[in-house]
Amino acid sequence: MTEFKVQVSIRLRPSVLDPAGEAIKSAANKLGVNKINSLRIGKLIDIQLEADEEKEAIQKVELLCDRLFANKVIENFDYSFEKVDE
Amino acid sequence: MNNLRVGIVVFPGSNCDRDVAWALKGCLGIEYKFVWHESSDLNGLDAIVLPGGFSYGDYLRCGAIARFSKLINSLKDFVNSGRKVIGICNGFQILTESGFLDGALISNKNLNFICNDVDLKITSSKGNWFDSESASKIINLPIAHGEGRYYCDDNTFKKLVDNDLIAMKYINNPNGSSWDIAGILNIKGNVLGLMPHPERACDKRIGGTDGKFILEALLKT
Repeated sequence: MTEFKVQVSIRLRPSVLDPAGEAIKSAANKLGVNKINSLRIGKLIDIQLEADEEKEAIQKVELLCDRLFANKVIENFDYSFEKVDE
Repeated sequence: MNNLRVGIVVFPGSNCDRDVAWALKGCLGIEYKFVWHESSDLNGLDAIVLPGGFSYGDYLRCGAIARFSKLINSLKDFVNSGRKVIGICNGFQILTESGFLDGALISNKNLNFICNDVDLKITSSKGNWFDSESASKIINLPIAHGEGRYYCDDNTFKKLVDNDLIAMKYINNPNGSSWDIAGILNIKGNVLGLMPHPERACDKRIGGTDGKFILEALLKT
């Protein structure tokens, strides 16, 4: 078994309005930071999981993202992962 | 009709389950039974209500975790049998998350939790949820949600329109829902999801009775 560190990012699809992102963008302007063209909020999930090989780890992460972490009607996901050194 | 019984599902975090029980039994004389989310035994039930609230704390997304409960797993056979299921507010969110209904419910456009009475137009006669009289009039029901903005893409909207699946629309869209949608049906017409709370509008003394016929319709085929 190898341990993998996985970081999953979940983002609202570009077509979905993100009012919370808009609110933060407006606060950023009040802070004096201007010319922000887009600001959108997502979610970050850190996981550590075990698998026999990389392929199995990918399968597990894909299943989690597809069925649980993201709702594909409104969200996209991507992930990165690395082996944890023993 | 007195032998017919409605199951009211109780998730950890449900908070409108007792309101629904009061409306069914107290206002309409309909027998009910609370069904715990870990149960998969839906025998003896003629219809099911997924009530409002914050199932499993609404962690991750509203309804996302409830989808994996034993009860929701066994709901598929129940729905296929043609018996009726209504999802109110959080129940609607659960029905979209678990794929019984199309689209998704996300944060209100103005980010406020909106607690108000809204006017609604009934826009479908499918599934016999609304009496013919109410189909032509505006009804008034309470809403109470922070994440009730219905969203679907153009293709899904076309599917909803082509199949007469949009059950009701807001007259004055309070939350930014796509195409003013407040409630939708599944293809078969036996599953209804809506953000407004019919169970809070079953007694004149608390503001109205426009919710009655929707709950009564649970037992109409």
